[in-house]
Amino acid sequence: MAAGNTNVIRPSGAEKRSGAANGDIVRLDGAEKHFGAVRALAGVDFHVVSGECVGLVGHNGAGKSTLMHMVAGTLTPDSGAIRVHGGIEESYSVSRARQLGIRCVFQELSLCPNLSVAENTRINHASLSGFGWRRKAAELIAAKLDEIFPDHGISAWDIVGDLSIGRRQMVEVARAFTVTQDRLDLVILDEPTSSLDAHTSGQLLAFVRRFVAGGKSCILISHVLGEVLRNADRIVVMRDGKMVASDAAGAFDRDRLVTVMGGAEARQKVAAAAAAKPEARPLRVRARPAGQTDGKELVACAGEIIGLAGLAGHGQTDLLLRIFDAAARAKAGIEVTAPVALVAGDRQSDGIFPQWSIAENIGIRSLARLRNGLLISPQREAELAAFWQKKIGIRTPDMNNNIFSLSGGNQQKALFARALGSDAQIVLMDDPMRGVDIGTKLEVYDLVREEAAKGRTFLWYTTETEELDNCDHIHVFKNGRIVANLTRDELTEEKIIQSSFGDAA
Amino acid sequence: MSATPIDTGFKGSAARNAAARARLLRGLLPALSLALVLLAIAWLNPRAISYFGFSLMLNLAIPIALATIAQMFVISGNELDLSIGTFVGFVGCVTATWLKDAPLVGVAILAGSIGIYALLGALIHLRNLPSIVVTLGMSFVWQGLAILVLPKPGGKAPDWLLAIMSFKPLFIPFPIIAALLIAAVVHFGLMRTSYGVILRGSGGNPAALRRAGWSLLKTKIVLFALAGLFGVLSGMALIGITTSADANIGNGYTLLAIAGVILGGGEFVGGRVSPIGAVIGALTLALAASPLLTFMHIPPDWQVAANGAILIIVLAARVLISRRER
Amino acid sequence: MASLKTLLARPWIWSFVGALLVWLATIAFTGGYGAGGMVTAALSLAVFTVIVGVGQMFVITLGPGNVDLSLPANIGLASAVAMKVMGGSDSMIVIGLLAALACGAAIGAINYLLIWALRIPPIIATLSASFIIQSVDISYGRGLQIKPPPGFADFTNWQVLGIPVLAILTVLFTVGAAIALQRMIYGRSVLAIGQNIRAAWLAGVNVGRIRFLTYTLSGALGGLDGALLAGYFRGANVDIGNEYLLASIAVVVIGGTSVAGGKANVPGVWGAALFLVLLLTMLNTFGVSAGVRLLLTGLIIVGVITAAGGEKAVR
Repeated sequence: MAAGNTNVIRPSGAEKRSGAANGDIVRLDGAEKHFGAVRALAGVDFHVVSGECVGLVGHNGAGKSTLMHMVAGTLTPDSGAIRVHGGIEESYSVSRARQLGIRCVFQELSLCPNLSVAENTRINHASLSGFGWRRKAAELIAAKLDEIFPDHGISAWDIVGDLSIGRRQMVEVARAFTVTQDRLDLVILDEPTSSLDAHTSGQLLAFVRRFVAGGKSCILISHVLGEVLRNADRIVVMRDGKMVASDAAGAFDRDRLVTVMGGAEARQKVAAAAAAKPEARPLRVRARPAGQTDGKELVACAGEIIGLAGLAGHGQTDLLLRIFDAAARAKAGIEVTAPVALVAGDRQSDGIFPQWSIAENIGIRSLARLRNGLLISPQREAELAAFWQKKIGIRTPDMNNNIFSLSGGNQQKALFARALGSDAQIVLMDDPMRGVDIGTKLEVYDLVREEAAKGRTFLWYTTETEELDNCDHIHVFKNGRIVANLTRDELTEEKIIQSSFGDAA
Repeated sequence: MSATPIDTGFKGSAARNAAARARLLRGLLPALSLALVLLAIAWLNPRAISYFGFSLMLNLAIPIALATIAQMFVISGNELDLSIGTFVGFVGCVTATWLKDAPLVGVAILAGSIGIYALLGALIHLRNLPSIVVTLGMSFVWQGLAILVLPKPGGKAPDWLLAIMSFKPLFIPFPIIAALLIAAVVHFGLMRTSYGVILRGSGGNPAALRRAGWSLLKTKIVLFALAGLFGVLSGMALIGITTSADANIGNGYTLLAIAGVILGGGEFVGGRVSPIGAVIGALTLALAASPLLTFMHIPPDWQVAANGAILIIVLAARVLISRRER
Repeated sequence: MASLKTLLARPWIWSFVGALLVWLATIAFTGGYGAGGMVTAALSLAVFTVIVGVGQMFVITLGPGNVDLSLPANIGLASAVAMKVMGGSDSMIVIGLLAALACGAAIGAINYLLIWALRIPPIIATLSASFIIQSVDISYGRGLQIKPPPGFADFTNWQVLGIPVLAILTVLFTVGAAIALQRMIYGRSVLAIGQNIRAAWLAGVNVGRIRFLTYTLSGALGGLDGALLAGYFRGANVDIGNEYLLASIAVVVIGGTSVAGGKANVPGVWGAALFLVLLLTMLNTFGVSAGVRLLLTGLIIVGVITAAGGEKAVR
């Protein structure tokens, strides 16, 4: 069993380095970083000692990623010093970081989809070569997967491209914890549970606790504040490129965290805020999942917000895409009576046009309405962009800037503006809040409710149970089928978990 | 490992097995295409299915297979080589002249040309250039050099090369043995060695590879150098068969090689290639090209069209098979 | 100064600078002799590259792997069709042009049909199609020795003050293409598909129709080019389009269009076409052999792309 790997005694080299006694694995002093005119980090002092799990929270654009890139060696600070195991690092780099036992699981997956799980493991271990390397790599990754996710069901010879996104994330995480020749002291996990369901997230976080208990360290970045509160020993809060709080996890609760992060105030459940809506509303969508055998179906009327719940990847996105397709050409089993727009959750692959400005990215769904005669009117396009910049709060000096000049949360807002600015009466949301900061989330929730009150229909797939509070009806999915229909009043986390894990085969 | 994994993801074992099965079938398609063409030949002319028949029909398969492998290496790194055909022609001209008359100079020229390929890989990576344009330009360069080396068709292959290419082993025709050997060697090198993984990974997710500390410059140089090496082998094999050269002798190979890689199940991006498939694809093309058409009594005007039609039919069959599987 | 800087930052400007330098080098060699005539000749010849170049540009802008390899065969067949339909009679010029356009458009449509139905990469689809078209052309055009109607031949060679009328019309056409690219739904859709085809579909772009239109457009422009070439060179010919495979791709890329898709540049097509034509003129003027000419052409293409390079491209 490879579990022993996490408990290996630190190589003797560490003791020789001065200052190792104080237990610092990594320490940054006065780290600063500018990207053009933007100050991403403004003199941050940050450290991790061995045997602790540091939770790192903050809105998108608060500087968390920049800070982590420095720790991982992918970015060099403009000024400030970095010490690892007590020794100053003059020319710090990714390979140096790996040598020193620091690894990072980045948010964007870094697996090669065309290679097998074992081959992907080989990529991170130069020493896995020579005769029998394939067997060694397979054993290494299989043992680590068994250790972290005991019921993972992944074979070392599966091609990564064939795996679901959740399983890919499991491989990615497990790979970061494999040990060959290099030491392993600190693993940075950047949103490690964003594609995992509750069950596997729990397994991973339990493993992180075991890993830390074995004297190693972790930095955990997550927008799910509960995860951080429950699993971190110390929580560091960042805001506007500065560290605004660093304290034992016990000193925080959810409300205090949200306050320190500087988002809109934490608020209570939107308890049945919507007034009783008029009864007879026109039907907008009637759809039955492909594999549905009983009579259950999804029905949405004008002005309704319908939640699609359940574990990640159980057919919610498939149904949304089928509804999207049915709007363009008729499909059996699906009825759509109004124009449809989709807000993508996976921004990079499903949403963003990387070469275009923010305004162009918003306008693409509404080109027909932006025309003046045959030609698209630049003025109308700018007006549309300006209207939504104000309405949804896209933080940029100029909507003609490239879309990538925005932080992740603001890019997501632009995608919302694209859908809401269009003529679509039905808006499909494919888990759009994945990895978005809480401030943006709250703003968008308000907007969605406002638009629904005006008569728009929302079909909202989400992996975050608290978002379902905004929905009028919730359909729980399992294995591609609807297994439960809940109204908002009936909604509890337990009910959803029950349905998701139930034996409704 | 736990004996009964709880399936927590919808895209669980069932979906994954389906994906793996589809991939397996995709992997078998090149072989099926080849079998189809063989059946057609056997039906039209049973006598062709013999030691002599295969030696004759597959005569040109070796250079085509080598050129296809060269193209496959370039495609593994998400690039495309539009100059491989004229490069094969250039190598042919050098083989029929310098390599015979002054072997040392000939070897030096050929080694140098592999070096140029490696440099191109470096250039494409360092300057972030679109490879189709660079190799498009290089196709003029190789053609120009070929004309300078051999202004008029002629020259003669070195005797040792002629001896190798006319080798007649027992029972199994030489081209088949050579194809098996090429497929086995390249499959081992690219699919089984630990550095082969890095080469394919450079096409699958270059950013991840760089982050893991690998040099993408080196992978690109290695892939292009390998393309150059197999291009040289292709040109030499070609001249070993035709015995004399012509500056335009390899021009058709650029498109044949691309078609071979694709017929063999390779994809243009993402590092998804198969050396065995590529060799089978090349054999299919070599068979489908002239021998089959001659048996079918197709007039010369329409031979080119028949080539295209066969390509389309084989690809259509591929779509049908993979659609039924789904 | 600032405007000069923004001008220099545009990728297409370099192709014009290159064309200018080549022209200057040539007249320096001839001592100024034939400077004007060379421009006229270059404009006349560049027209044919620009027309197919614009079609190829739209295709390439659809994203990685999109390229029309059937253009040479298309041009060859359309030139034969145009000459046969015109039959040497001035009254049939318009009908002949329409026939060539229709022939090209049909080829483009078939190309897309193959891509769509067989789900094969466009390179392979257009390549397979070009094999078939080539045979049709060989068979159809065998022994075809029809001269273009005198009116048509004169029209393709017609000059006003040393400027070919065809070039003026082509400039107008390219202006239209540039407007279509940036300001029309069609062009925006092409750019969106080229950047991210899945995102384009999810943003409501009718991906299938736009791709179909683009391949049909490229085919139609190839057909038009075939007819014009036959008029200019006074006769159809199977090989008349051969050089336009490489030339159409080269002008698109040298002109600053991204091979990775999603970013196109119409003025650059003109600059690059003039550059390539003048380059050949220069090498011919210097009297170099065929081998050296090919060698230098290749090296210059590689050199230009290396100098202009550094752009992010998928391949």
